[in-house]
Amino acid sequence: MQWRNSSRNYGLTSILLHWGVALTVVGLFALGLWMRGLNYYSQWYRTAPDIHKSVGLILLAVMVLRLVWRWLSPPPAALPTHTPLVRLASTAGHLTLYAGLFVVMLSGYLISTADGRPISVFGWFEVPALVTGIPRQEDLAGDVHFYAAWALVILAALHALAAFKHHFIDRDDTLRRMFGRAKY
Amino acid sequence: MLKKTFTALTLGAALFAGQAMAADYAIDKQGQHAFVNFKISHLGYSWIYGTFKDFDGSFSFDAARPEASKVNVTLKTASVDTNHAERDKHLRSGDFLNVDKHPTATFTSTRVESTGEGTANITGDLTLNGVTKPVVIAAKFLGEGKDPWGGYRAGFEGTANIKMKDFGIKMDLGPQSENVELILTVEGVRK
Repeated sequence: MQWRNSSRNYGLTSILLHWGVALTVVGLFALGLWMRGLNYYSQWYRTAPDIHKSVGLILLAVMVLRLVWRWLSPPPAALPTHTPLVRLASTAGHLTLYAGLFVVMLSGYLISTADGRPISVFGWFEVPALVTGIPRQEDLAGDVHFYAAWALVILAALHALAAFKHHFIDRDDTLRRMFGRAKY
Repeated sequence: MLKKTFTALTLGAALFAGQAMAADYAIDKQGQHAFVNFKISHLGYSWIYGTFKDFDGSFSFDAARPEASKVNVTLKTASVDTNHAERDKHLRSGDFLNVDKHPTATFTSTRVESTGEGTANITGDLTLNGVTKPVVIAAKFLGEGKDPWGGYRAGFEGTANIKMKDFGIKMDLGPQSENVELILTVEGVRK
């Protein structure tokens, strides 16, 4: 399989980015929900949020690379069998997924850096606070982070359902080409 | 100094016997010469200090008849600040102060008992997290007199100890950290 996207198939780079981001988002969402309820004396009380923030910031960098890659190597064209409505819906859905990812990650960053503290990424390096001093920034960013994260995973679930619909009902290449295995 | 003021005021009260001497004061919010601070044990090893930045209130005070004093304070719970944004966010959440549901806390005195020269126990109703419970503030009169800008001021400090569970605060910080000590300093400008 080639690295670049072709006119029929996604290439390995896009495939790895897509599935890597998908797994990470599900993992971060679960971790985020779980860590909110941790007991103060749990050994995870401090480490779980540290992992959540570190992985989230790495994901942010990966998403920037993903956008750059999308520009360098555009995705394959829509399938001929896709109706104009399907094309419009999928473009809108993908745009919203991308936007949602950035809203969730940036709002999370704004919670932890609200008072000027940097975020340490696994102790390897620190990401400095750039925006501070919005009134009650941590609360505002926290609300955005919570609701946008829920919206994102619901949208991602719809995205998965749509892929299944293409695969099992329309029996087209939409899902297969995200594994680089277009048939037709 | 304190004694002299007291003596003078007592004399004054005697001279104007029968006349109401209690003066009404507004908490100096504009100059913020008033603080509602608190401390709570961290794991039993050290203290976390915090403050509520936004509150207002008034009191009436007569040095000759301290038991006739009254105090009212209303505080915005969302103004909690412990110098750590993530912790403050947690303190405002349902685990602690529930600030969306209970945006204000109030203290209204119900009884003042003199406990010595310049000291008193101020009993009052504290409403916090939607729960009203009596609380006793061990208060100390610090001083009063003219300020350099044409006003007249009186100041007090006080401490009170509250159990978080009593006010429906559900977060469990461990056995060392069940109580919060309130550390108050209030300066009022005579109305």
